[in-house]
Amino acid sequence: MFELLGIPPQALFGQLLLGLINGSFYAILSLGLAIIFGLLNIINFTHGAQYMMGAFVAWMLLNYAGIGYWWALLIAPLIVGATGIVIDRLFLARLRDLDHLYGLLLTFGLALIIQGLFRNQYGVSGLPYSIPPELAGGRNLGFMFLPNYRGWVVAASLAVCLATWFVIEKTRLGAYLRAATENPTLVQAFGINVPRLITLTYGFGVGLAALAGVLAAPIYSVNPNMGADLIIVVFAVVVIGGMGSILGSIVTGFGLGLIEGLTKVFYPEAAATVIFVVMVLVLLIKPAGLFGRAA
Amino acid sequence: MKTGRMLLATALVALFAGGAEAQVSVKLGVLNDRSGVYADLSGEGSVIAARMAAEDFKAEEKGIKVEIVSADHQNKPDIGSNIARQWYDQDGVDVILDVPTSSVALAVNQITREKNKIFINSGAAASDLTGKQCSPNTIHWTYDTWALANGTGGAMVKAGGDSWFFLTADYAFGHALERDTIAVVEKSGGKVLGTVRHPFPGSDFSSFLLQAQSSGAKVIGLANAGGDTINSIKQAAEFGITQAGQNLAGLLVFITDVHALGLQTAQGLVLTESFYWDLNDDTRAFAKRFAERNGGKMPTMVHAGVYAGTLHYLKAVEALKDKDPAKVMAKMKEMPTDDPLFGKGQVRADGRKVHDMYLFEVKKPEESKGPWDYYKLIATIPAAEAFRPLEEGECPLVKG
Repeated sequence: MFELLGIPPQALFGQLLLGLINGSFYAILSLGLAIIFGLLNIINFTHGAQYMMGAFVAWMLLNYAGIGYWWALLIAPLIVGATGIVIDRLFLARLRDLDHLYGLLLTFGLALIIQGLFRNQYGVSGLPYSIPPELAGGRNLGFMFLPNYRGWVVAASLAVCLATWFVIEKTRLGAYLRAATENPTLVQAFGINVPRLITLTYGFGVGLAALAGVLAAPIYSVNPNMGADLIIVVFAVVVIGGMGSILGSIVTGFGLGLIEGLTKVFYPEAAATVIFVVMVLVLLIKPAGLFGRAA
Repeated sequence: MKTGRMLLATALVALFAGGAEAQVSVKLGVLNDRSGVYADLSGEGSVIAARMAAEDFKAEEKGIKVEIVSADHQNKPDIGSNIARQWYDQDGVDVILDVPTSSVALAVNQITREKNKIFINSGAAASDLTGKQCSPNTIHWTYDTWALANGTGGAMVKAGGDSWFFLTADYAFGHALERDTIAVVEKSGGKVLGTVRHPFPGSDFSSFLLQAQSSGAKVIGLANAGGDTINSIKQAAEFGITQAGQNLAGLLVFITDVHALGLQTAQGLVLTESFYWDLNDDTRAFAKRFAERNGGKMPTMVHAGVYAGTLHYLKAVEALKDKDPAKVMAKMKEMPTDDPLFGKGQVRADGRKVHDMYLFEVKKPEESKGPWDYYKLIATIPAAEAFRPLEEGECPLVKG
């Protein structure tokens, strides 16, 4: 067993890199959640199930349609995003004027139903999905062996997160969206179709979750419970980062991945709980979250 | 007139009461994981297995009415305990079957003893069930951590694996399996270079595998099961652990795990099980009928254990024409076991059911003729050697 500080720097860097990789999943997922909550005020508990659907759609595309990984990266988020739009039109649109909690209950119920359906059909042991041959293998970095696929996950995740942040904060479309959440009536008066904007944004957030699912399919087991374990952690990440802050969720996602990675080295038994400990501390000191604006 | 009618009524009641006495009514509860990491290796399949046992035994014709109920313990000891108590206290359940997840099994073991009922465990692994925590009300049927350590652990050490690193699920089962395997390794002269405990259930094992890789151990022992083992093996392949020369020892692997991994990833894995559907004609016949009722999926050894355990229980009840727990337990230990799935065996004084264990190796993709054709038999470990000797268990029920 390792003693504190008795770990050689090489092993430490390896663990930090792995933590960064996990952090990229947290970042994409919490980004989707932050958009949906921060901009749309919907507490989307279905996010974990939508992540799982992304992975399953990727598997289905491969096994039923022969469509490989690279196309799945594009198609799966579109398909799952479309189901997200349907959910919003059918269910969430009716809850717009009510308390947040109704949205939470509804999406939580939907998550359980979706997970149960997939579990009935596919069991829990998981389905095989292999790493695309272009990304197979790895390179020896000296302090660890880095599988190429994991390096790709970090790169893709950073790219997607930064692109999304850019669109929301720096472009006109993003400006409309931010304005629409602050004052929908005024924005609608200017001729912008606000309900459609909101629905499409929900679909986009769901699509991000599905994208994370496709990225996860080759390395984590594609099984119906994969989202349930992750969603609670991702919510903690969003809360720590600040519920409405896009940049906050990206930075916190990566940061918490690093903290979790360190914990796995020094005290692995606590790896599942350290994020919640951080959440409690942040809520005590700065309730709006690290990057959040007080309501 | 009134007396006449009274007499007639009494006679009729006596007639029917007499008829009812010839029937014994037993209620069996299948308690397992129906929705989490162990749902595929136990779950609904165990309920199917129990029903098949009651039907094959022709219980109705022999005057035994069998009712089977089931519940999901979600791998949580508190939920499992609540269900067990409610079943015993309010629902009149006589026997609890299956219970994978050793922490839940140990809890149900205690409760069954308190309530003086019967617990025939098939799914759990911790050898403590017939060791320090043995109970006169419990039979541990299918396998345990000692048998796994002896089988897979012993085989790996013999093949040259003399330095080990353990990746252990952080709960009762993982600790027990790690402990028993370390004992085997050290007894054979090997050394343990380190252990790391991962949260149960886990999903990402990359950082633990990295620690295992940097330890330089020849064998990485996976002291976990079900979904955790599947993920560990998948991620180990990704990190090039086996290509770099380290061996993975899947200390507890079920056929459903191999099915989920695919032969490409799982080939060459050495594992110990007490049942394989394709072992002989009897097991094949059972598997065919089971698969028809289980959506085409073959039975795991846990399902087989539920079937065989239920059969043995019903045989004991039939012989005694009584379901009194103490008498039935004594009868089950007295009668040798004989069923088409495990062959001939015996239930020992400490509650351990002994039978042959088998060492399998997972086939290469080219060697397999179709889905579920995954194992080749390497060795048979005879019952006398497969399980921990009676004297070594520290079971208070065993004198001496």
